[in-house]
Amino acid sequence: MKAWDAIVIGGGHNGLVNACYLQRAGLDVLVVEKNDWVGGAATSRELTPGFLYSNCSYVCSLFRPEIMRDLELPRFGLQVISYEGGAVFTRDGDYLANYRDHDAHRREFARFSKRDAEAYDRYSRDVTRQCRFIQPLLMRTAPDPTSFRPRDVGELLYLGKKFAGLSAEEMALTLRFWTMSISDFLDEYFETDVIKANFALSGIIGTALGPMSPGTAYVLLHHYMGEVDGSVGAWGYARGGMGAVTKALAASFKASGGTIRTGAEVDHVLIRKGKAKGVVLAGGEEIHGKLVISNADVKRTFLKLVEEKELPDIFLRHVRNFKIRGSSGKVNIALDSLPEFPALPKDSPVYRADMHFTDSIERMERAYDDWKAGRWSADPFLDMMIPTTLDPTMAPPGKHFMSCFVQYAPPKIGGRDWTEADRDGFAESVIAQIADYSPGFRDRIVHMEVRTPREIEAEVGLTEGNIFQGELTFDQLVFNRPVPGYAQYRSPLSGLYMCGSSTHPGGGVMGAPGRNAAAEILRDLAKPTLHMSPAHDVI
Amino acid sequence: MNHHPTIKPSADTRTLAQSHFRTLRMGTPFQPRIDALALTNDWYNWAGYRAPHSLWDEELEYFAIRSQAALFDISPMTKYRIEGPDAEAYLDRVTLRDVTKLKPGRVHYTAWCDDEGFVLDDGTLFRLSPTRFRLCSQERHLPWLLDSAIGYQVSVEEETEAVAGLALQGPTSFAILREAGFAGVERLKIFDVAEFAHDDAAVTISRTGFTGDLGYELFVPADKALSLWDRLMAAGELRGIRAIGYTALNRARLEAGLIVANADFIAAEHAIRADRLRMPDEIGLGFMIDPDKGHFNGRRAILEARTKKKLRHVLVGLEIEGNIPAEHAIVYYKKSREVGLVSAAMWSPMAKRNIALASLQRPCGDTIVDDLWVEIYAMRELQYQKLMKKAKVVPRPFIKLDRRTANPPADF
Repeated sequence: MKAWDAIVIGGGHNGLVNACYLQRAGLDVLVVEKNDWVGGAATSRELTPGFLYSNCSYVCSLFRPEIMRDLELPRFGLQVISYEGGAVFTRDGDYLANYRDHDAHRREFARFSKRDAEAYDRYSRDVTRQCRFIQPLLMRTAPDPTSFRPRDVGELLYLGKKFAGLSAEEMALTLRFWTMSISDFLDEYFETDVIKANFALSGIIGTALGPMSPGTAYVLLHHYMGEVDGSVGAWGYARGGMGAVTKALAASFKASGGTIRTGAEVDHVLIRKGKAKGVVLAGGEEIHGKLVISNADVKRTFLKLVEEKELPDIFLRHVRNFKIRGSSGKVNIALDSLPEFPALPKDSPVYRADMHFTDSIERMERAYDDWKAGRWSADPFLDMMIPTTLDPTMAPPGKHFMSCFVQYAPPKIGGRDWTEADRDGFAESVIAQIADYSPGFRDRIVHMEVRTPREIEAEVGLTEGNIFQGELTFDQLVFNRPVPGYAQYRSPLSGLYMCGSSTHPGGGVMGAPGRNAAAEILRDLAKPTLHMSPAHDVI
Repeated sequence: MNHHPTIKPSADTRTLAQSHFRTLRMGTPFQPRIDALALTNDWYNWAGYRAPHSLWDEELEYFAIRSQAALFDISPMTKYRIEGPDAEAYLDRVTLRDVTKLKPGRVHYTAWCDDEGFVLDDGTLFRLSPTRFRLCSQERHLPWLLDSAIGYQVSVEEETEAVAGLALQGPTSFAILREAGFAGVERLKIFDVAEFAHDDAAVTISRTGFTGDLGYELFVPADKALSLWDRLMAAGELRGIRAIGYTALNRARLEAGLIVANADFIAAEHAIRADRLRMPDEIGLGFMIDPDKGHFNGRRAILEARTKKKLRHVLVGLEIEGNIPAEHAIVYYKKSREVGLVSAAMWSPMAKRNIALASLQRPCGDTIVDDLWVEIYAMRELQYQKLMKKAKVVPRPFIKLDRRTANPPADF
């Protein structure tokens, strides 16, 4: 029976990135994916004729350009398009926009507060400084602080040196950034509620925390450290939806000789004498491999795919306590025409940007209160956009795809599972909010895909539907991600590796976990990594 | 649900201001006049305004400054109105120079620092009355100014859009103001400021400028801008008045040895890289520091850096052999050790010398002033001509014109 050099469980973006790098290093790699399509949470599916949805993930910024280049993704069709900033609608019939033009941005803020308008430069400087501190860490394996291996000591020194290179003021800011709530952080710069809400949204997206919870300032940073072609902090659309990212990865993988099996759900990892030997599919089929790499999150990998008896107790306890909490849902809508927002001038660039209706931190926090009580938010926070205003490939001319990321949605409703009725109620909270600002909105709807944490977990396999495969709180970052002592993509079992967003540097369609895991695997195999570009310089 | 927006757009000023997104580069109050003279259509973005690099010929515009009179629109400059019984004490605390010595009707060039002694910006402070000031600067500082005002009886108001500004610079600038009927303008000595009547309003005229030449700056309410422009142009017709763009002004300011924020140094609130921050002593503004006045922002850090010799940079004027401008050239000590960078450079028509401003790492430029070299990469027809030219540290300003300070000012 054939034994693959490596079997990757899960065809999400990180699994595919990992597989690509291993295949290009000369390994014979198989990707097994339970769905009939690849992509994980980065997919574009046509659920109603003529319309493509970015079903889960919907915008692109974090995906590392080094990976796009190494894996020749442009050759396989990947194109990322920058878009205009965004806006928050206010309850008094106005809106606050973010414009790409620096001075337009200032003038827009000045409509609400002259002081805040002039505070933006310092805010932007401080955030940029922190991003520049973190960016180089993304494409490096986190050091193990308990190890005395020269490499770990070297990496720790690198971290220490980078930190020591900061001024006293910056060091203080770094520590504050990694621990503060986004609400407290923004209070240090801005006074206007809607302006704070405008920035705070990046601190809560994907997180089961409210804007007043400590740790959310880092989540904002996580959303700012990406780039579109060198424009740091910018976000863009993958042309053809986020599925274009994984489609290009899959094509690159196949072109280099890799094999993908879809419709192949892994039941468990095959383990012999403490060593991973392959996988057993749900139908009982055994596939043998010298290495097994799991793109599934750490809970799914070690609590579902591996038998508990094979794992050390302390490791298991850490895995059980790793925080992967569902907090969000998604509503994808096919529209037969562009919605109108009376508050917004018809020629506003905001139609081509992200739109929000939560105009105060307090409303955001109230939405989070519902989550704590085990309910979806009655007044949800939406990150809404219409990619078809820039991408002609996702809907027929004049028709549109609208993507609504929705927060908060708990993994269970009052302790019980979501029902169909719950799902409809959740969708109604979203549609009602949009319709409040856009008369006639309901009549434009052609089709809708509603995804609560239940659907996301069932289809994508993300535990509780958590988009980051684990909270991005300081206790779960760098050498603590996902488990102290196991932050270098290896597991307690020989031959079993992790490559998903549960590992350093975390979630978002970044690809860095998949790439870094490949580097560690190739190191263990004593194979060269010349095909992996080093991280781009931050100068 | 607690979201019940009122869909009908409210008519308040905030909503009315929405349309700014349609005009990314706004016009200043003088724009109709400038547009009419803009033969080159050579615009740049000055703080969100459409400002001219040149209007008809950047070389000739420069000579208008030096031989006749040049009119330059400074409206985009950031302006703050600072007023109240504590305004003097407040500004004395915020800025470097001793504001108690600044008498009403006087202007001084000053700078202000953060608590670590790093320069936030430089600018001009106009004392319009015992309790009323105007602060003009390149960058924006409202949060800093408001936070610093806590505990003082003072109001700080941003008035950039409300106040239009013109610089009238050059040998015939005084004669033009006199012809325009600003009676008493001859009494203005350098750095004096006074109010004059104009079009049922007041124009503030100061004998200040950014050229090192005889010149004045005029501030009026925005709605009186065009009548002021017309008044000056009419009065200046026989004395060679010309409107100019920034390139010409920039040459004049370099000859005058004056620095520009975010061109010759990086303002602290913009510096992403922590090693780009500069103390006043590091950019040639040490003369502003008055250790004998009371506390001012950055005082402790600045004085400590002086005592502990922690000042690592120095901004100097250079005279470079030859005539090829050394813009953004690297400065070397003994042709080998990199010690700094030229931030602005030109052949000076007035001094007939090749001049530059450079930031150097001490002790170069401080105690070491010999054996400095600049490496000039001059692109000529798709080839770099690499030149290693000797540079010597020279005092600023590079030119000194008697007419700038002559009293009474001459007709040309």
